[in-house]
Amino acid sequence: MNSREITTQISKAADFLNLKKWDYGASFSNDYSVQVDKGEAKQLKASQKQILTIRVWNQSNLVGITTTSDISESGIRKALKQANIASDFGNKNETTEFSPLAKDPIKVKEFKKRNPIGIKKLLTLLRGAEVKLIESHESIKSVPYNGLSESFIERVYANSEGAFRSYSKSQAALYLYARAEEKNKKPRSSGSVKLGYGADDLDIESCIKEASNKTISHLNYSSIKTDKYLICFSPESFLTIINAFSSMFNARSILDGVSLSNKNSIGEKLSTEALNIYDDGLHEKNISSSPFDGEGTPTKRLCLINKGRIDNFIHSESTARIFKTIPTGHAGLGSKVSVSPDWIVVEKSEKNFDLKPSLDHSTYEGEFVYIEELNAIHAGVRASQGSFSLPFDGWLYKNGKKISIESATVAGDIKYLLKNIVNIESSQEVTTSGISPHIWVDELSITGDA
Amino acid sequence: MLSSQIKSNEIVFGSCNKDLLEEIIFYGIGLGADFVEIFLENTDNSSVLAEEDFITSVSPSFGRGAGIRIFKGKKDGFVSTNDLTKHGLMRSVSQAIEMLDITDNKREVFNGLNKHRDYSLSKRKWINEVPSIHEISEKLLVSTKSLKKDNKIITRKGSYSRNLQEVIIASSDGTYVSDIRLHQTVGLNVIASDAQYRSSGSRRFGSSGMPNEFRLWDHEKAANDVFESSMNMLYANYVDAGQMPVVLANKFGGVIFHEACGHLLETTQIERGTTPFENKLNEKIAHESVTAIDEGISEGSFGSLSVDDEGMEPEKSVLIKDGILKKFISDRAGELRTGHKRTGSGRRQNYSFAAASRMRNTYIAKGEHSKEDLINSISEGLYCKSMGGGSVGATGQFNFAVEEGYLIKNGKLTRPVKGATLIGEAKEVMPKISMCGNDLELAPGFCGSISGSVNVTVGQPHIKVDSITVGGR
Repeated sequence: MNSREITTQISKAADFLNLKKWDYGASFSNDYSVQVDKGEAKQLKASQKQILTIRVWNQSNLVGITTTSDISESGIRKALKQANIASDFGNKNETTEFSPLAKDPIKVKEFKKRNPIGIKKLLTLLRGAEVKLIESHESIKSVPYNGLSESFIERVYANSEGAFRSYSKSQAALYLYARAEEKNKKPRSSGSVKLGYGADDLDIESCIKEASNKTISHLNYSSIKTDKYLICFSPESFLTIINAFSSMFNARSILDGVSLSNKNSIGEKLSTEALNIYDDGLHEKNISSSPFDGEGTPTKRLCLINKGRIDNFIHSESTARIFKTIPTGHAGLGSKVSVSPDWIVVEKSEKNFDLKPSLDHSTYEGEFVYIEELNAIHAGVRASQGSFSLPFDGWLYKNGKKISIESATVAGDIKYLLKNIVNIESSQEVTTSGISPHIWVDELSITGDA
Repeated sequence: MLSSQIKSNEIVFGSCNKDLLEEIIFYGIGLGADFVEIFLENTDNSSVLAEEDFITSVSPSFGRGAGIRIFKGKKDGFVSTNDLTKHGLMRSVSQAIEMLDITDNKREVFNGLNKHRDYSLSKRKWINEVPSIHEISEKLLVSTKSLKKDNKIITRKGSYSRNLQEVIIASSDGTYVSDIRLHQTVGLNVIASDAQYRSSGSRRFGSSGMPNEFRLWDHEKAANDVFESSMNMLYANYVDAGQMPVVLANKFGGVIFHEACGHLLETTQIERGTTPFENKLNEKIAHESVTAIDEGISEGSFGSLSVDDEGMEPEKSVLIKDGILKKFISDRAGELRTGHKRTGSGRRQNYSFAAASRMRNTYIAKGEHSKEDLINSISEGLYCKSMGGGSVGATGQFNFAVEEGYLIKNGKLTRPVKGATLIGEAKEVMPKISMCGNDLELAPGFCGSISGSVNVTVGQPHIKVDSITVGGR
């Protein structure tokens, strides 16, 4: 069945069951991936997946939901019945409605859909990349974590009032994590990830180069003394922190009492006036962009921090109604509708007089710690408390030398971090999770074992 | 009609599908595969969330799918699909064969499937024995109400999930198995707040194969435990970073062994060349006080199985005996690629993942000391009463958050501290576990790795680590 046929099927089954109000979200995907081990194919994988989530409103306007991978006629009917039963337990205190924007026209960028290149070509490309990476330096002995994949995805949203949205896209991903070993030293590992609309769009050479350079740069390592340091966050690591604490901008989290913000936090000063942060799911560099969210609301660019102050929250239909505003296109379909950011863009505002432009990671000669990548986010972030304690990969710059840091953590508080931003470099970099310049923060605690 | 006489062009759960499965396996072998495995899954899940004094989410789900794996030499091709018709399954076999580029004429022999081993017979009634949504909702609401013990508690949550998974596994070595697995978990979470101070507390409980377990769950005891933990930590100061001895509490304290050492004993790590223990079999890798076990047989434990996802009954594997490495955790691919015998540890989240060597119930065996012996032996250190999550890097370094910690001074527990992280490497820390308590307890958890998220148990008695890096501020 195609998406129109599924909508018709759901509509017919709902009529039969006397269910007047419903909506659904569905995704259909075909994925192909390969992994290699020293020139040999290790695992070749293909999957065909379909997921259908149906919501039903009962006569008391309470919502029930069911998710299934069975989109046969009987599967759809069973899903509607289960959702109807679940609606008896619908949340009476926070009702859900269709998004008022579910039928609004969508400003869709042109989706660059590619054709599959096939498993054999994926395998050839990955084998070649593995060989080149191993040959790039004598200390690189293997590429234990590697993968090349291509996916073809269709997403649909429709409801009983006639809203219907769908789009299809392709996406490819390459990751290469090398392992380097030298005598009497601990093995070191680092890597790189690249995304593209199709496998032919992937910048394989730069992925190899980045993985090699990063891994080799960590070969000469040393412990760091536990102390407070001037920190330079790479674009990737700063985006990791912002995403980890995005509950500060999340209306759902505010209503659930797990955010550092509250309903009245719009306008609250969090940082230097030089900081602007946007959520921009439709950004041209966002390979994973989607033109609408789980409730059918169009995706859009939204300012989260404007000149250091909270400017907007991200919303679903129900949170927007409670906050007396409009949905922002950040909803995920579920029994309790989730809210999450799409693609964070960090910028330097024009009000940047209080920054220290001499702090530039490529020229600064004083002592500082460069945080390349933060790890173990799920374990080391207490979003509801604002604190973090995270292991990282990075370097200590001292006396004109750059030394890889062995096994250390950076700890602090997100509000302290934002308030202590001392420079935002001018040049932005595109990462897999957003766009940001390098960000400098004064006085964060680092624990090492020197 | 006898079930074995049913002829169908589609997989029917709860019936005999032998003819159809044999036809598909013959097809794969005929096309040149060395080995063909079919994993079929039918799920019926539900989850319920209570927030404050209301049910805010009820989420049922169901689904079906197949994962087909073909081996040729040491290579494997894996295809997953929701299409369980004969045509759909054969198409998946063809796709796997094509991916592996099998062209040679060498043919393995397939002698048909063995006698059906049906582990599901006594379990079919479970679906009718598990608590109803109504019953679950009522108990969750009572539980969240029990958390309302102080006006500093600003958020109260209770959550329940039930996964019922029916599987059929058939492969060209004759394996033909059916099983039903039931997993239930229930968790409580709170956030406490007073002016600028904030803390949180959480506990999760879980069982496998015990439909009545949720009814027996002592929600009052759980609520007291979570409440006390959050209140104890509310005004805690940040811990000072440094090297120090630590005592790790029993139950979920075992997460460190699981993450930092257990994963390095899976054959997938040998395949990748990422474990420092690869060539250490029968060598000392830990303190002689450490014996570590991985098994899938403890009745009702969250990681227990009647049969693994490759059709093998789980064994009790003594991984480390008195500090000596004795065994690796292995699956079919692990045995093929590393030579380590299968241990009934081939596991996967669902049909869309190929099975891999994964832990089940993994724990450090009990020793002879009391908890007090361990604490009394430390003049200055840290007691980690409750651990949060953690991770292990590609080269073996681990990091774990301490959710509830107390300083130890002169052999006594003193003030609570927050923000602690334990940092180290398994091969350096294992020899420093110098004392094991006599109070082994297990705790349920979810483990994410190459074959998805699987139910596991972690566990240990109280243990003392002589020195470890504690991250703080």
